[in-house]
Amino acid sequence: MEFHYEVSGNDFARAGLASSEIKKTLQRLGLPHEVIKRVAVAMYEAEINMVVHAGGGVADVRIDKELITIVMCDKGPGIEDLSKAMEDGYSTASEQVRELGFGAGMGMSNMKKNADEMYIDTAKGKGTCVTLKIRIPEHS
Amino acid sequence: MTITDVLSAIEAEAIADTWRDDVEINSACGADLMSDVMAFVKDQVLLMTGLINVQVIRTAILMDIQAVCFVRGKSPNEEMIEMAKANGIVLLKTKLPLYISCGKLYTAGVREGGVRKID
Repeated sequence: MEFHYEVSGNDFARAGLASSEIKKTLQRLGLPHEVIKRVAVAMYEAEINMVVHAGGGVADVRIDKELITIVMCDKGPGIEDLSKAMEDGYSTASEQVRELGFGAGMGMSNMKKNADEMYIDTAKGKGTCVTLKIRIPEHS
Repeated sequence: MTITDVLSAIEAEAIADTWRDDVEINSACGADLMSDVMAFVKDQVLLMTGLINVQVIRTAILMDIQAVCFVRGKSPNEEMIEMAKANGIVLLKTKLPLYISCGKLYTAGVREGGVRKID
């Protein structure tokens, strides 16, 4: 099962819409609560990042029997220092973003914590692709 | 604790149209940073925040938070109320600051358990 979303870059109010849709889909499919929560948090943080740092992008979600794969790509400025970006508390977000309740440098670690695998492909000036994989444990 | 109990404990009022009293509050979380809410909150909490924007409601939806109370006399906007209504989230507001709201709720019997252990 595959889903594709365009994430608008200039509308902060709509950030998180794709994540909410995916959460509803996973609930309909009857997946374990824990898996749904992990997907929701990891994807939401990636979506917020995409909106506040990169002017939006595209999100592709693939749901297989044992694995959920989320690929989020943007054509933003890229991440200049990836190892720093992974540190808790490090952020390049503007004051405006912080006032909205984000941009405190927790997003990347929230993604990493909730995903079983996380890959970041980024190049300065070209954009960033984040791949998040979350395994679905056997369930009834 | 029911939402009615919460109202009297923290001198709050419910935002019209979002009211329901079948939500059981076992624990609470006070935060203005939504990434922290996502990092630390477990289920069935009352989220208390001074932050006003739709991402508060979006965070509540994604985290299965069924009740949000806005502190420091702040009121949610129409878009937030609509989103909360559509998703069955109860919205409350109080004039008390966050610290006092948390203290009063704690005294009324809502203790820890809603936030995962921070190591």
